[in-house]
Amino acid sequence: MLKIENLHATVGDKPILKGLTLDVPAGEVHAIMGPNGAGKSTLSYVLTGRGGYEVTEGSATLNGEDLLALEPNERAAKGVFLSFQYPLEIPGVPALTFIRTALNAQRRARGEDEIAAPAFLKLAKEKAAALKIDFDMLKRGLNVGFSGGEKKRMEILQMAMLSPKFLILDETDSGLDIDALKIVSEGVNALRAPDRGMLVITHYQRLLDYIKPDRVHVLAAGRIVASGGPELALQLEAEGYDKYTSAAA
Amino acid sequence: MAAVKQTIETVAALEKYEHGFTTDIEQEFAPKGLSEDIVRFISAKKDEPQWMLDWRLDAYRRWLELEEPTWAKVDFPKIDYQDSYYYAAPSTKAGPKSLDEVDPEILAVYEKLGIPLKEQAVLAGVEGAPRYAVDAVFDSVSVVTTFKKELAAVGVIFCSMSEAIREHPELVRQYLGSVVPTSDNYYACLNSAVFSDGSFVYIPPGVRCPMELSTYFRINAKDSGQFERTLIIADKGAYCSYLEGCTAPMRDENQLHAAVVELVLLDDAEIKYSTVQNWYPGDPETGKGGIYNFVTKRADCRGDRSKVSWTQVETGSAITWKYPSCVLRGEGSSGEFYSIAVTNGHQQADTGTKMIHLGANTRSRIVAKGISAGKSTSTYRGLVSAHPKAKGARNFTQCDSLLIGKTCAAHTVPYIEARNGHSVFEHEATTTRLSDDQLFYCQQRGLSQEEAVALLVNGFVKDVLQQLPMEFAVEAQKLVAISLEGSVG
Repeated sequence: MLKIENLHATVGDKPILKGLTLDVPAGEVHAIMGPNGAGKSTLSYVLTGRGGYEVTEGSATLNGEDLLALEPNERAAKGVFLSFQYPLEIPGVPALTFIRTALNAQRRARGEDEIAAPAFLKLAKEKAAALKIDFDMLKRGLNVGFSGGEKKRMEILQMAMLSPKFLILDETDSGLDIDALKIVSEGVNALRAPDRGMLVITHYQRLLDYIKPDRVHVLAAGRIVASGGPELALQLEAEGYDKYTSAAA
Repeated sequence: MAAVKQTIETVAALEKYEHGFTTDIEQEFAPKGLSEDIVRFISAKKDEPQWMLDWRLDAYRRWLELEEPTWAKVDFPKIDYQDSYYYAAPSTKAGPKSLDEVDPEILAVYEKLGIPLKEQAVLAGVEGAPRYAVDAVFDSVSVVTTFKKELAAVGVIFCSMSEAIREHPELVRQYLGSVVPTSDNYYACLNSAVFSDGSFVYIPPGVRCPMELSTYFRINAKDSGQFERTLIIADKGAYCSYLEGCTAPMRDENQLHAAVVELVLLDDAEIKYSTVQNWYPGDPETGKGGIYNFVTKRADCRGDRSKVSWTQVETGSAITWKYPSCVLRGEGSSGEFYSIAVTNGHQQADTGTKMIHLGANTRSRIVAKGISAGKSTSTYRGLVSAHPKAKGARNFTQCDSLLIGKTCAAHTVPYIEARNGHSVFEHEATTTRLSDDQLFYCQQRGLSQEEAVALLVNGFVKDVLQQLPMEFAVEAQKLVAISLEGSVG
């Protein structure tokens, strides 16, 4: 599935990722944990192709295909989805319109037919209900005036509708109360599948109580400095990141 | 969304300005320049009665006394009014009566522009043939007006201004210049002297016009100006919806378009007036050429409870100077102004509205959306005033500007005057930049950069597009996207 090798990346000449290597096989959920400034968000942006993040060395492939050579929308069509830490507001564009436009753009890029309106609406109703999103909310400008929790649920709804192959969740738990966290986690867990991989980026162990990872990696100073099973997350929660930050420095 | 996809395909398939072709047809010109003789020449060409000629000559003499306004935030070299043709017409016999008599070359132009002149197709029930009447104005003359018979059956007069002067002099004499007086401003005064053609509409009392009316303006001739004059009268309780569209060839010289539009509304009348303006904007790189669009549009709500609504989508022209206004004279009358002004390349737009509240309990609403890209500047300039008698007047104004890139500018200049203590005016304004974050967010979901810009811009202008008649809203949406092609990245 996702293979990252010796990845180096800079933001405005400042090196952030310094030789990151990671392998997420299909069907697995991997968590990336680390202190602030370790490069967690940078990793998600480099994988999705945001402007201003320059790869200076190394590679990232999805099922053998070079992601780094593709435009952001081409990566999306290949099935890479990023749930944003701070989802953007799109005034005047209802969520339904936004998602349908995105879905059809991806389908066209893959040479598939566009989804018919009735089928799309049926799917949207179903997925919105599962995430306890009021359907009328989908007729309002995307994320405009939504609470933090509503925005995160909207990210998961988009994820469910676009049905991507590889999911990256960037600090999805930030700004969520416990009820919202449960709903969001259930939404994510429902997307677990043998042919789908997930990278869960988080600062706190809390989210991993709900989304159980197969592997946990510690990212510090731009590299993976430790990897282990779910128990590693609990250990980090108890001990903090100190020993990794001092070792990496 | 299908429209977005269509937009992208349209953008991909097109050159920057789609309507830039010229047509070689035999044309008849007045000699270059402006003088009393030229005014007489135009009037004679049109077989006008003496009163009309006198009216024109009076306007011409007043124009000589006036000076060009300089208050607008636009910048252009001084216009040499002697270096332009004031009359250019396809050389056919005056006023063809049916489509069969119109030069096929001209029909081909309108076909190329997608304007339906073939009412037969509609009458024969051809599927998808749009059902609206068209007056086609080519340079200085109206070449054809469709659906006249069907409209006449309910008493609606829809014809060219030249024909109206000949056939309905009593209406023209009563109303022409009654909303925009000849010496109202420099360009309106020039228009009054040399106006060539335009549309005339009269809706009798209590009649709801059974179809959309539209006029399609095309400038074709080189070095010529277009000075059309439109007059619409909605009698008591009448209703009509009217749309105008404009295009011109790509030329290196600037061409002047100075139009005057007058709307008259009696008691309980309603007019919806929509404009999709796509004159040639000039070369996007050098700023060379393009149309100077200096237009005076005004509606006079004379009757109580009358209602007028201006909707404009302005994407073309090198310079736009235009303030469709509402004089709210009748008690309880209301005016609306919905505007999208898109500027790209080196375009300059200074546009807005005037809401003049004279009667009691008059209401007005302004929603103006400006989008600037490239090296362009866009200014919203608006006046809202309430006179001492306009007790209970209400206005709501919303002005939003969207900036794309770092070399464009947007300005908002609202003037508000309340001369009584019983008026409520609200003004809201925002300026935002199309953010890289929003673009990336859309791209991460699968949209290309152009698709992302189109989607974000469509969201921004949605409130205004909704005011347009359905079929034109789709056109306008495409037009906005095309005008902004290449503005990002």
